[in-house]
Amino acid sequence: MSINWYLAVSATVFCIGAAGVMLKRNPLVILLCLELMLNGANLSLIAFSRMWGNGDGQIFAIIVMVVAACEVTVGLGVIVALHRRRLPIDADELRELQG
Amino acid sequence: MVEILFFIAAIGAIAGAVGVVVLENPFYSVLSLVAHLLSLALLFLLLEAQFVAAVQVVVYAGAVMVLYVFVVSYVGGQNLPIRAVNSPSLRIAAPLFAFCLFVELMIATLGTGLSAISSEGPKLAANYGEPEQIGELLLTKFLLPFEVASFLLLIAAVGAVMLARRRRGLDEPEVPAPLGLLRPAGTGTMAESAGGGFFRKSTASASDDSTSTGRDLG
Repeated sequence: MSINWYLAVSATVFCIGAAGVMLKRNPLVILLCLELMLNGANLSLIAFSRMWGNGDGQIFAIIVMVVAACEVTVGLGVIVALHRRRLPIDADELRELQG
Repeated sequence: MVEILFFIAAIGAIAGAVGVVVLENPFYSVLSLVAHLLSLALLFLLLEAQFVAAVQVVVYAGAVMVLYVFVVSYVGGQNLPIRAVNSPSLRIAAPLFAFCLFVELMIATLGTGLSAISSEGPKLAANYGEPEQIGELLLTKFLLPFEVASFLLLIAAVGAVMLARRRRGLDEPEVPAPLGLLRPAGTGTMAESAGGGFFRKSTASASDDSTSTGRDLG
């Protein structure tokens, strides 16, 4: 298979994720769509790594996974804290995040 | 064979991604993302990145998605429909912007006529994509990113615990235990001897009475 096909799938997944981030209001689903965007980028990285024949792109993809895991833990912690304070779980209502 | 597997995995990945955005219930969105991640792992295997595919299944589809499922069931997934977006212009602008981004990415990756891109890639080394190669790269060439990533994970774990822990003053006001109200005063429990509730009032009045009567007698 040509690398082109993988890049097309990657771009499609990335754009679906971007549309979801803009459309959705539930912060949980926004985090899920961020995961989609990161995974689209990961697929590109692995495809380019295969294209060049060395493993640097795979290391980059693993680091992206680590960063995604950190983002998920902190984001879900924020959502749990919002739920504890009886705030609405809604990105439009949460325009002010102080204290 | 490779082509068939690629199209199965690619359709699965794109269908999973669409499901994340389209499905109303966040729980179903998480399950759809799991399907997407598994299809993506198959694509990684086709690109001969075995270790990354294994990490994708174990860490992403296993651990991170379990965390999501826990939080969705804890928060109680409020299914806010897409139609509840405040401004109707955003509903039109967001897919339009995403489509423009898609066209731009396609032009950038496919339309530039990079001859190298349209190839199948070079002949690979024998240990390409195996844990041996990944480990060697992580501990030699990419040692600094590896260490920074470990620190980042530590900071994120501590931050998540700080954010999600139960704080005093934020929870609901303390409700008195029903047993303490039902019990009559002066039954000699530990709570009363520690000086709480009804018992303190009744003993205070009783001692007042006793001192007054004693003074009368004296």
